[in-house]
Amino acid sequence: MDALLGQSINLDAAVLLMVSFAMISQRRILSLVHLYTLQGATLVLATTTVAYLTHQDHLYVSAALTLGLKVVLIPQLLHRVIDRLDVRWDVEPLINIPTTMLIGIALVVFSFNLALPIAQLSSSIARATLGIALACVLLSFMMMIVRAKAIPQVIGFLAMENGLFFAATAATNGMPMIVELGIGLDVLVGALILGVFMFQIREQFDSLDIRHLEKLRESEDR
Amino acid sequence: MIPATVPLFLCLLLPIAGGGVLALTGQRDAGPEINVAFSAATLAAALWLTADVVLGAPVLGLGERFFIDPLNAFLVTLTAFVGCTTALFSRPYMRIERERGKMTAPRMRLFHSMYQLFIAMMLVALTTNNLGVLWVAMEAATLTTVLLVSVYRTAASLEAAWKYFILCGVGIAQALFGTLLLYLAADRVIGGGEGALLWTHLAAVKTQLEPNILALAFAFLMIGYGTKVGLVPLHNWLPDAHAEGPTPISAVLSGLLLNVALYAILRCKVLVDGALVNGLAGQVMIGFGVLSVVVAAFFLRRQRDVKRMFAYSSIEHMGLMTFAFGLGGPIANFAGLLHMTVHSLTKSAIFFAVGHATQRAGSQAMDDIRGLLHASPTLGWGLTLGSLAILGLPPFGVFASEFLILTSAMRQLPWVTPVLLLALAVAFAAVFARVQAMVFGDSNLPPQSHPPALLPVFAHLGLSLGFGLFLPPFLVQWYRQAAQLIGG
Repeated sequence: MDALLGQSINLDAAVLLMVSFAMISQRRILSLVHLYTLQGATLVLATTTVAYLTHQDHLYVSAALTLGLKVVLIPQLLHRVIDRLDVRWDVEPLINIPTTMLIGIALVVFSFNLALPIAQLSSSIARATLGIALACVLLSFMMMIVRAKAIPQVIGFLAMENGLFFAATAATNGMPMIVELGIGLDVLVGALILGVFMFQIREQFDSLDIRHLEKLRESEDR
Repeated sequence: MIPATVPLFLCLLLPIAGGGVLALTGQRDAGPEINVAFSAATLAAALWLTADVVLGAPVLGLGERFFIDPLNAFLVTLTAFVGCTTALFSRPYMRIERERGKMTAPRMRLFHSMYQLFIAMMLVALTTNNLGVLWVAMEAATLTTVLLVSVYRTAASLEAAWKYFILCGVGIAQALFGTLLLYLAADRVIGGGEGALLWTHLAAVKTQLEPNILALAFAFLMIGYGTKVGLVPLHNWLPDAHAEGPTPISAVLSGLLLNVALYAILRCKVLVDGALVNGLAGQVMIGFGVLSVVVAAFFLRRQRDVKRMFAYSSIEHMGLMTFAFGLGGPIANFAGLLHMTVHSLTKSAIFFAVGHATQRAGSQAMDDIRGLLHASPTLGWGLTLGSLAILGLPPFGVFASEFLILTSAMRQLPWVTPVLLLALAVAFAAVFARVQAMVFGDSNLPPQSHPPALLPVFAHLGLSLGFGLFLPPFLVQWYRQAAQLIGG
């Protein structure tokens, strides 16, 4: 049974990676939020499994925190922002999607190579998934770079946080409690601030396109 | 005998309480005074704490969760001091902004409350012993200032704040991964749990930490916290955030937040140096440092906006400090710490003077500011002396620290010295020409409704001058101890 559960962590990791790729290729903002929720839910599942297998109680708290924040609260916040701003569609990436996918594959290969020597030194039961966790972080990072709109950038940012959380679980069976609590709080406050921001940007520019935000250039006469 | 944890908690709780009180009362007429009062009380607590640490032994508080040694004690004092003088400066400055309709009552409340919380988060970052909490506090300090950068709600300020948030958010995420790797390495030596992230524990076993993991961890930490320090090529957020936010925020960003981020790198460097004998961390820091100095110096010339120009000057000086700490050794570390102090004092003094000047001119463009000496001699002299001080002219403190940095560079890395000298000369020419045009000539500036706060400007410049003329022996001793802690 335990062996099977151990395997299921690898399955969760695979789902996380798939979700990351799906996010890169997704143009609908609403679907992006759904994918983010799915990513959060998978993270909860993985964390709970590791908690059960290693008998570390603080991981249950961490899983509960993830559930509350990243599966319920933040997606709801995002839904509300999308409703109020009425921006369900049309994300135009700066680089076309097939190219991004190809770069994504290269990133995955790179992360696996980088993580391999470290994973061998780790004593965690989920150490094999460290490469995937790093890949998720880098893929979300890339998503933030190639997207021109505010909300996909934010979702990329939040997905990167998810990747980091998974990396913490994979490599070290979770960070100490106080740190996880602090990170959770920072993510929440950050999401709230971003929500406020979106309205301000909308008010100011009448659009959420970040390309409006390119006025500040070097050496121009303002 | 009162235990040393009392001033520590006062120091951390006072600004947090201040944030709470000002969240309710910050919009009132007395808001700026309450802000000053809390900042002054924090400064008093910080001085008390520092006296305890410097005269006695390092303090561990609340189990081992807080740790203060001479290294962070001096930064705590500096943070509380500049926090207090900036509050004094913001009193007339923000009043005028409000009269001009740029600030409204809710925005005043936000400004004052977030200002206190920002100081509180930096103090937590400085005093914590836990590298994870250090990360959390750094992120929290960023979050408190994001809304302050965009407080005027102009298109440019929103853009600056968005850039600030996203770039620093991405950067700091790298630092979290680095912290994670540190924890992984510590986990193998001292076992899991909170102890594995406590700096004092890590420092005790630093030679046993796995070198491969630490090398990778340092790469991530350097990029992560380096973004916050504003090192080239991770500096893009910095000039925008400085130029578009209110001037008191520019002063504390430049004078304090960048220092705290550099402090985080230094703490990590100590661990990495212990594990890796090849000095990789130092070499990486030298590289980033020299690049920042050179690039920033050449960008200085192209600036039209006065706050942007001094923001680039901050990048240059942070680069110089990073370079000094990268060189390592007792003299370079000493010089780096001294440079940290005098740069904070001088740069915030400049921002105070610039703030009043731009407010009078109603514009941040340097071409719109003329004849400052004529309009307000004290303000004009404040800006002139401040600029000369930051450019490294004797007898100011920056000269002393830059001289020490350059002489140790000459001994350890001779080929870098001409590069640095050239960059400093370019910076001198660029800034001097601009400042000269602003202070001399006929004035075009209208009078102002509130008298400018000149005490902070001249207090800072006086201290900077004092550091350059004479370092009291106890200060020298203190800096030596601190330099030793980072491997001097």
